[in-house]
Amino acid sequence: MKGIKLRNYHAAKYDEPIIMEMGVKGRRGIMVPPVHEEIAESAGDIKDLIPEKARRKTAPNLPEIDQYHTLMHFLRLSQMTLGMETGIDIGEGTCTMKYSPKVNEELVRSPKMADVHPLQPESTLQGILQITYELRNYLKAISGLDEFSMQTGGGAHATYINACITRKYHQDRGELEQRNEVITTQFTHPCNAATPATAGFKVIFLPHKNGYPDIDALNSVVSDRTAAIHMTNPEDTGIYNPRVKEFTKIVHDAGGLCFYDQANANGIMGIARAREAGFDACHFNLHKTFSSPHGCEGPAGGAYGCTEALAPYLPIPLVTRTNDHYHLDFDRPKSIGKVRSFFGNLEVVLRAYAWIRSMGPEGLKTAAEISVLNNQYLTHLLLQIDGITAPFAEGKPRFEQVRFSMEKLKDETGFGSHEIQDRMVDFGIQSYWLSHHPYVVPEPFTPEPCETYSKEDIEYWASVIEQACKEARETPEVIRKAPHNQAIHRIKDFEQAEDAKRWATTWRAYQRKRKNG
Amino acid sequence: MVKTKIGLIVNPVAGMGGKVGLKGSDGDDIYRRALELGAHPVSPGRTRKALEILSDIKEDVELYTYPFEMGEDEAISCGFTPVVFGAITPGATKPEDTTRAAKELVRRGVSLLLFTGGDGTARNIYDAVSDSFPVLGIPGGVKIHSGVYAASPVKAARLVIDFVRNNGKISLQTAEVMDIDEELIRQDKVSAKLYGFMKIPYERGLNQSSKAGSNPGEGVHQDEIASDIIHNMDKDVIYLVAPGTTTKTFMDKLGLKGTLLGIDAVRNQKIEATDMNEAGILDLMKREPDTRFKIIIAIIGRQGYLFGRGNQQLSADVIRQVGRENIIVVATENKILSLKGEPFLLDTGDEELDKELEGYIKVIIGFGKRQVYAVSA
Repeated sequence: MKGIKLRNYHAAKYDEPIIMEMGVKGRRGIMVPPVHEEIAESAGDIKDLIPEKARRKTAPNLPEIDQYHTLMHFLRLSQMTLGMETGIDIGEGTCTMKYSPKVNEELVRSPKMADVHPLQPESTLQGILQITYELRNYLKAISGLDEFSMQTGGGAHATYINACITRKYHQDRGELEQRNEVITTQFTHPCNAATPATAGFKVIFLPHKNGYPDIDALNSVVSDRTAAIHMTNPEDTGIYNPRVKEFTKIVHDAGGLCFYDQANANGIMGIARAREAGFDACHFNLHKTFSSPHGCEGPAGGAYGCTEALAPYLPIPLVTRTNDHYHLDFDRPKSIGKVRSFFGNLEVVLRAYAWIRSMGPEGLKTAAEISVLNNQYLTHLLLQIDGITAPFAEGKPRFEQVRFSMEKLKDETGFGSHEIQDRMVDFGIQSYWLSHHPYVVPEPFTPEPCETYSKEDIEYWASVIEQACKEARETPEVIRKAPHNQAIHRIKDFEQAEDAKRWATTWRAYQRKRKNG
Repeated sequence: MVKTKIGLIVNPVAGMGGKVGLKGSDGDDIYRRALELGAHPVSPGRTRKALEILSDIKEDVELYTYPFEMGEDEAISCGFTPVVFGAITPGATKPEDTTRAAKELVRRGVSLLLFTGGDGTARNIYDAVSDSFPVLGIPGGVKIHSGVYAASPVKAARLVIDFVRNNGKISLQTAEVMDIDEELIRQDKVSAKLYGFMKIPYERGLNQSSKAGSNPGEGVHQDEIASDIIHNMDKDVIYLVAPGTTTKTFMDKLGLKGTLLGIDAVRNQKIEATDMNEAGILDLMKREPDTRFKIIIAIIGRQGYLFGRGNQQLSADVIRQVGRENIIVVATENKILSLKGEPFLLDTGDEELDKELEGYIKVIIGFGKRQVYAVSA
């Protein structure tokens, strides 16, 4: 791309050992002072505080290492890592890697929030309950649905809750035995198949017709066995299903429920609502669309909303309000019960609340519009690169993301989306994400340039892809041996990650398996 | 680095009949007629296309092949220095040459046998190596039904590169060898029999990332599908089990010894009959007028045929008596994806029945997992 200068980047590289290999016997971090005699006497022997059965017989085999070197070790590791705020994180499509304002972290870390204990009396939790309740009201307005629970700890958890509510709903009507099928589409997130399966349903996948879910196929399978449909819109491909209302009608006419996976609502927030599309329930990933930080297995929130008819089934406790008092309502006889300890990830709730307040209704809509606009620009740039295509729905607009294909590049050069991924990190940006399973789009990659990213960011990102594709044709050795400027090179023997005899997710397993050869 | 020995066998006459409308090129007369009609050999060009890409890893590969147009010429023209075995009469190669070459190259210690041709060629290779040895076809034939061929010469080359880069340590999958009677095709009667199975490199790209880890290959999916069928089996129903690798997994899981290529009948998890022909099936149905029958069928071959290829014992009469609602279709996701959205095909020989079977069908793709898929006559 003209005028874009790619950075001369190199990652920090410390050749850092595994912490289990560090330390010296007898070395200590902080020396804890001895307690005063009176205190020791009144507290008694510390061993007595731990039940006999719970006491270790032998000391754990941990490295003995001081605080300074521990800190150094982890700081080094963090420097060897690319992240949302060191690179341009456009590549993680479906994840909506938007910037999370730091002021919201201040709120979460303030003692008013950090020191709150979930076992405090309700009367002393009024602040956070009010915030939870008001967030519920905002999400009601955004979705058009009637009630929300903040209990769920993530998106897949919310789809599971929907499967549980579906089960209870049909059970109440005496139809559960018969209604044992949940329908989903090929380009809906796979948790929408996995969670109903976990809840005991059979799962039926609808095929697509040129990128759109096949409505004739839906008509062919919908029946009195249909419990629900789980779908998203726009789908993973960024393609919006304009017939979504017909889908929900077909399923409703057959007696099934309709669930809208809105984990990523960034392309339609403030523009289209679950209610008008005919859905009975939906969820939002607060850690995506609503700006709570996403990734690193950090706390997530899959706010789950539904219509009045399904509200009695929501998990307990539900935050309610009478006059000016907020309650934790446990007295809900039809509820599917507890789905998580205490009240959900309230720090995520607080961040989402703060973000929505700072954006306002118009701001939310503008964020959606910019994310779609950004995607149009990125798509325009990427489709000019020889070897990249956007299969299906040719000529039709995409929303906030696109599932591109590098099949042409692979056929012509032997390098596909994996190899380009290995090269892009040499330019100081995170590698992209490819696709959910299965790879219906061959050699896939799925960028999502949400509203955070500037025109320059988008151009830089596209230029990196362009450069890597060019190298695939002109200097294949560069791609073959990539990455060159990273802390860690390619994994030497990837097959071991697929071999149960060799893989190791713990140090103990690693030692045991390595010992055995 | 130790070079990987790859065997290469080209059937130089495969693919010649296609462009002049002869539907295959088996038999001396047909080959001559094809030449008279102006046909040019197709498979040498297809082979070169693959070899050009393979030449990227020329240094890591030792190419073992047969003389002249059976591989040597193609290899040399793409810059390889092949090790050549055997002897042939140039311009007059025969199916037996393919079989002989396959046996010899395997004996010489190749790790993978790459061959170019059509269904007939695959059959000749199968005669030599059976299912014991990794092979891969470069599509060069007129109309390929066998699943042992890659989707294109380019894709074949990519799979070989993967194979070499991993020192041959990659997952294999079982694919069908279909035997097409070209004489009958030329009379517009398709008779495609399932001839056997061979092992080919597993094309993981279709299914999931090598970086995603945990890619157990087709076996685990087939096992899941088999478990699903068993879980849902009804008492006293007779299941007519059609051939296929997934249906074989089902039989294995029940501990039943079925036939590889025939139709077996199973009732209450026990063998009722094996290797039945159409008459045998109809006779069984007659003897069991009050018994419900179900068909368990796998998608056979590259082109996604449901009926009419490799399972003709399940004739129109049989299918009608069983009824559409009693047809259980199984396929792995990979198999479905390889069809690139093209519908399943039907050729029961009864156009009316084909029309009746058209529409959508639920395919078992895993335990409790169904994929809706279009069926077209």
